[in-house]
Amino acid sequence: MTPDRATDPLLRVADLKVHFAARAGLLRRPGAAVRAVDGVSFAVGTAETFALVGESGCGKSTTGYAVLGMVRPTAGAVEFLGADITRLDRAALRHAQRDMQIIFQDPYSSLDPKMRIGDSIAEPLSARGALAGTALARRVAEVLELVGLRGEHARRYPHEFSGGQRQRIVIARALALQPKLIVCDEPVSALDVSIRSQILNLLMRLQRKLGIAYLFISHDLAVVRHVSDRVAVMYLGHIVEEAPTERLFAAPTHPYTQALLSAILLPDPAAQRARQPVILKGDLPSPAAPPSGCAFRTRCPMAQARCAAEEPALRAIDDAHRAACHFV
Amino acid sequence: MSATAPLLEVRDLNVTIGDTPVVDAVSFTIRPGETLALVGESGCGKSLTARAVMGLLPSVAHRRAAALALEGRDIASLDERAMAALRGEAMSMIFQEPVASLNPLMTVGAQITEALLAHRGESRRDARRAALAMLQEVGIADGARRMAQYPFELSGGMCQRVMIAIALICRPRLLIADEPTTALDVTIQAQILALIKRLRRETGTGLLLITHDMGVVADMADRMCVMYAGRIVEEGDVFALFREQHHPYTKLLLRSLPPVGGERRQLLSTIDGAVPDLRAWPAGCRFNPRCPLADEVCRNEKPPLAAVGATRERTACWHAERVAEIAAR
Repeated sequence: MTPDRATDPLLRVADLKVHFAARAGLLRRPGAAVRAVDGVSFAVGTAETFALVGESGCGKSTTGYAVLGMVRPTAGAVEFLGADITRLDRAALRHAQRDMQIIFQDPYSSLDPKMRIGDSIAEPLSARGALAGTALARRVAEVLELVGLRGEHARRYPHEFSGGQRQRIVIARALALQPKLIVCDEPVSALDVSIRSQILNLLMRLQRKLGIAYLFISHDLAVVRHVSDRVAVMYLGHIVEEAPTERLFAAPTHPYTQALLSAILLPDPAAQRARQPVILKGDLPSPAAPPSGCAFRTRCPMAQARCAAEEPALRAIDDAHRAACHFV
Repeated sequence: MSATAPLLEVRDLNVTIGDTPVVDAVSFTIRPGETLALVGESGCGKSLTARAVMGLLPSVAHRRAAALALEGRDIASLDERAMAALRGEAMSMIFQEPVASLNPLMTVGAQITEALLAHRGESRRDARRAALAMLQEVGIADGARRMAQYPFELSGGMCQRVMIAIALICRPRLLIADEPTTALDVTIQAQILALIKRLRRETGTGLLLITHDMGVVADMADRMCVMYAGRIVEEGDVFALFREQHHPYTKLLLRSLPPVGGERRQLLSTIDGAVPDLRAWPAGCRFNPRCPLADEVCRNEKPPLAAVGATRERTACWHAERVAEIAAR
């Protein structure tokens, strides 16, 4: 990515908060709010791949849904193509959503089993009155070919396709309206290893050809390293570090990023067994009762008194690298 | 048990569901203290192989084997009662979904002590003491409190630690771990793998590790069997096989992974097509429709698992000497 993309971004998320009302215990009594996303800011440029990584419950998927207007933020702004979509009325939001799409993890539940795949792909086009008749059929065939399938596949049903082919169909449907941004939520996690590289290649090719930006949400760090331009690492609703991909993987500064990267298992026995992973203590705290100060301090090997008292700000290390730790 | 007998010997294991052979003539051995990985993608038969060894196949599946022996003792002919006794004692298994694999209606403590009470006839107090010690070993600090809790009150990582405690409380000689960290987050995976390694070192337990993750294999295993469509296609020492593969599937699979230190944003190597449906497995070599080296022989005749040249690794490929020719695409 180039710096000018970041200064004139396609998407700018500012201090985004998404809190859910939690119900706790067997009686489901209303408890403290779950702070799923708690003050997240980042920008994504045109044709850029920006990755959100982190473990379950870190808020990465919720952030993606808020960007798409699928969940209503508690606070903050989501500027997409210059308009804050959190302030748009229903009709204006629907219009803005034409330019952004989502691909989910599971291609089996993302397609209606009773619908021909051509109809699934045509649905967003005809529902928005964009196309009809032969123009619609032509566009469906066109996007099927873009994802490596054939036009005549439009008449078939999802069960006639393998998992990898279904994910291609889901991608075709996302492409139908020519979006500028696709939120990819764990797009290859449910696929067999031998199919993953096909789908990752397809996503990379489509980006080069069509100039789409990806907000790439994944827990798979090897995949993220390969496909993304920049990465933000999330922990318990916060971004703890953000950097160009190369830099983040070569020189992580936040203790959580360091632990996360050290836990990647290299598919090379000699190299892997020479590594010394940082083993973190315990589990992720509940986002309904996050620790005071730094959210990571309960598992951090470097934590000190100050970390409990004071929340570290996400500070710039240089013009492209930010980290939220008192000791960076 | 004789000193020379392997810990586990599996010879010509077949599992059929109806008329479909889902595990096809699988053979391997595990020596005491050794870790063998069964690697492959969904539907390759690796989990059914593990369940067949444990005698835990679903009722629709049928098992047949030329030999199935634990420490030299035939276990294929044991009835369900004898198998159940063996399972808590000499061998035990941990599953992929820790939360779903625990009994939701029993406290953690009752589940950990069950084997001791049933198999060893220990007193409640001794069993409880042993369970507390075991929880400590698997990294659960407040054991007394956890013992009184139910699985739904615990996180996934905690449930996996509890399942490992249940599996190890009787100090089994063989532990079968089916995707033990697949459902867990990366930092929790690191904890669990470190734990399994420590317990393996301390107890000398042999490990049959079922996984699709080449990183887990590289980290944990001494030897590996690569499975594809119900058959072992390649078998050997982990270091040797990661260095050089003689089966096109192993080679292409390893090459399709994103390079960890290499060039970013380049197109990755791919394997054409998809894993075949088990109701329509191809004739001959089952990898032939996806294989760049496939020819007439491959389409018609099943390749035997045999040594390649002077290596100690075994490969089921008619063109094993030509696998090095497969170039990056």
